[in-house]
Amino acid sequence: MTDALWYFGRGSGVVSLVLLTVVVALGVGARSGRTAFGLPAFAVNLVHRNAALLAVVFLVGHVVSLFFDPYAQLRVFDLVLPFAGNYRPLWQGLGTLAFDLVLAIVATSLLRHRLGARTWRLVHWLAYLSWPTALLHGLGTGSDNGAVWLWSISALCTATVLAAVVWRLTPGFGRFPQRAPRQVNPRLLPTRTRPAEAGTLEEAR
Amino acid sequence: MNRLHVDWTACDGRGLCAELLPELLVEDDWGYPAPRGDMSVPPALEPAARQAVDRCPALALRLTAPASS
Ligand code: HEM
Ligand code: SF4
Repeated sequence: MTDALWYFGRGSGVVSLVLLTVVVALGVGARSGRTAFGLPAFAVNLVHRNAALLAVVFLVGHVVSLFFDPYAQLRVFDLVLPFAGNYRPLWQGLGTLAFDLVLAIVATSLLRHRLGARTWRLVHWLAYLSWPTALLHGLGTGSDNGAVWLWSISALCTATVLAAVVWRLTPGFGRFPQRAPRQVNPRLLPTRTRPAEAGTLEEAR
Repeated sequence: MNRLHVDWTACDGRGLCAELLPELLVEDDWGYPAPRGDMSVPPALEPAARQAVDRCPALALRLTAPASS
């Protein structure tokens, strides 16, 4: 039973890292205006959001299972207060820090419409801090910190995020990027002659 | 009927709303949404309109109640 907690704790940690990688890569890429894999922008947006929410679920599982794991010896405040742990306080503390940041990012995102764009964006930038922090935590703290598979997964995650950053920095991304080609019901394609009662729209072009 | 309102100072032209609400919006050449009609939201499109408002990355979309419009 205690082994089960340990296995679950490690597994959910890795799953969270992979999900957060997807979230961060899509977030970095989305700002470019071009969309990944020819998906419409709203689909990328929804995957970004839902993967983040799923990551939180796995993070809660990670934290709760290791909290009850007799070897990890976590105390309640280790879950929120970084760098206070007994065991590998730095590496474990990075996990706590990343967790706090992820919670702040997700909470402000869910309350985005109440908080306003400015506050939300300010907190959202913390994602650039939380992801590398979580990565280092995973590599440094776990029982698997020397294992080839964990290093390989971490390297793949790093490559994914770096690729998104490079992709975004390529000069092709102007202020007005191409729109992704997508399937629209022909009846909904832009009409040359707009309804006369529209009135609100000036035909400047 | 609720109406859809675009805050042009905030809109970034990311085009999410035109994808989610092609019945009310078209995309201009720069990706900014252009209204098809008078932007009133028929009840059947209410859920789609709410989703568009919720997903707008720039928080530029709003639904306004008839009284205030
Ligand atoms: C963004 C948040 C977090 C992510 C992405 C994350 C990810 C990971 C990963 C990938 C591992 C390595 C698992 C392995 O060695 O196989 C790990 C281990 C561990 N994490 Fe986290 N973690 C996070 C937050 C936390 C928090 C808040 C705590 C609690 C203080 C914590 C405590 C631990 C412990 C004790 C281990 C070692 C488990 C073991 O190998 O016995 N983590 N984490
Ligand atoms: S989703 Fe928001 S930012 Fe994007 S085009 Fe529509 S109103 Fe503008």
